[in-house]
Amino acid sequence: MHRPNYLAVFWMFARNSLIRDMTFRTNYIIEVIFGVSWALMNLGFYTLIYRLMYADGDGHANIAGWSQYQFFVFIATTILVNSLVEGFFMANAEELSELTRTGGLDFALLKPIDTQFLLSLQRVNWSAVPKLILALALLAYSIPRIDGLTLSAIQFLLYPLYIVLGTLILYSVMIGLAATSIWLGRNQSLYDFWFYITNFSRYPMEIYEGTFGSPLRFVFTYMIPILVVINVPAATLAKPLSATNWPLAAFAVFATVASLAVSRWIFQRALMSYRSASS
Amino acid sequence: MLARAQIWWTVFTMCVAERLAYRGDFVLGTTMRFLPMITQIFLWTAVFASSSNGTMVGFTRNDIVAYYLLTMVARAFSSMPGLASGIAGQIRNGEIKKFLIQPIDLIGFSLLARMGHKLVYYGVALGPFALVFYLCRDYFPGWPPAEYMAAFLLSLVLSFLLGFFLEASLGLAGFWTLEISSLLFVYMLFNFFFSGHMFPLEILPEPWRTWVGWLPLKYLAYFPAAVFLEKIPPEQLWQEMALMGAWTLFFMLLSRRLMHAGFRRYSGYGG
Repeated sequence: MHRPNYLAVFWMFARNSLIRDMTFRTNYIIEVIFGVSWALMNLGFYTLIYRLMYADGDGHANIAGWSQYQFFVFIATTILVNSLVEGFFMANAEELSELTRTGGLDFALLKPIDTQFLLSLQRVNWSAVPKLILALALLAYSIPRIDGLTLSAIQFLLYPLYIVLGTLILYSVMIGLAATSIWLGRNQSLYDFWFYITNFSRYPMEIYEGTFGSPLRFVFTYMIPILVVINVPAATLAKPLSATNWPLAAFAVFATVASLAVSRWIFQRALMSYRSASS
Repeated sequence: MLARAQIWWTVFTMCVAERLAYRGDFVLGTTMRFLPMITQIFLWTAVFASSSNGTMVGFTRNDIVAYYLLTMVARAFSSMPGLASGIAGQIRNGEIKKFLIQPIDLIGFSLLARMGHKLVYYGVALGPFALVFYLCRDYFPGWPPAEYMAAFLLSLVLSFLLGFFLEASLGLAGFWTLEISSLLFVYMLFNFFFSGHMFPLEILPEPWRTWVGWLPLKYLAYFPAAVFLEKIPPEQLWQEMALMGAWTLFFMLLSRRLMHAGFRRYSGYGG
């Protein structure tokens, strides 16, 4: 059988989605403003918190070892990874449960291309692009303001790599969750569940400590590796390279491969039990 | 009069039944809503670890955690998911006509429907709420004195009414613009930031703090929680309550005005 050119197909998806987004331009603009204001508000919130911590007069302010601008790098990383996930996968994962319910999944199965590829990437959400730019601007603003940090070339190389790995881990969680909608017939609270799970990843992992924090940190680092997603790339860029970080950085590579494999397995299993509703 | 009461009763029981249909999903959804609380507790523990005296703008870490939990109670009363967009949607697709020809009042019907939904919600959510509050009891400074407790309970009822009439007014703006999603978006953003849902309003620097104090949004989340935690000085308590009542009355009258004005200019488009 002839193997489709996946890159060309993806290019077509991206092009079609862009045309679609530009057709409903007002909607696109609203989505952009929404996404950007949300990110800015989050930034405003932490600016207020750091302002308070400075105000108590002891002259230092940090959240679990993250100074203000280091934390801004952390937030920028969060925005970056999330906009990549939203841009490529979010709309598709949401669509999956709808396709299962309506029986539209039949048509996806019939197409001569890998079903997971098709269902994961057929819609590219271009409204995530301005958020991406915002994140990069925030990085450019914050990095020079971190006290006593000199970055080496290797950190600039590792950062994008770990951004991609983090995005892939989140993708795995998302597609794994979405696949459960094939089993359940319908999974309306998918987005909620996604939000609540990934909520844990949006804070520095150092805050999870103590009797309850440590087990939580362990579970979300090694069982469901969502704490790795933002923390590893953010620490790569916001903190000096140190030998103590290497085990976690190496684990992040392993975690990405493992989550992709597990999610692929879940997806295939879910497809097997698809019963083709209402078609 | 009796016939009228009967109509309202029927509407009410109908809405209760409607809401009860998906109770399983509902308990799960309510319980999951507390998950972000866990990260908030850790975050604020880390924030206060950096502070030398353990308080910020008059709040200790425990106060902040209690505050977030209490705003969840307040929002269980004041949040009206889908109300404004629902009304605007009915205007757009013409469904609103039924209120013109049937002897039912649009706002009254929506209010009863909400009450039905909310009552079922409390019935179901009471379990998860009680559990979380029991687990988190050490974060609370204790029960407030009777006067504050009364004000707290009253403010919850008022926050429901205020939230309802405020969102109904927004939805009724649909008579003029049809597409109110951008309006709702602005409202949601402001609501999240300035109702106290995201943080206690004391954290805002001046002059923002004062300006936000003038908005009605703070009564939807911040105020009931602040009353319970006795953050409102006694001499201002009932003054603030009166203001809250005045805002509720204002939006109640506004929504009524908007409905009548809207019906007058409505030209029956849609299905």
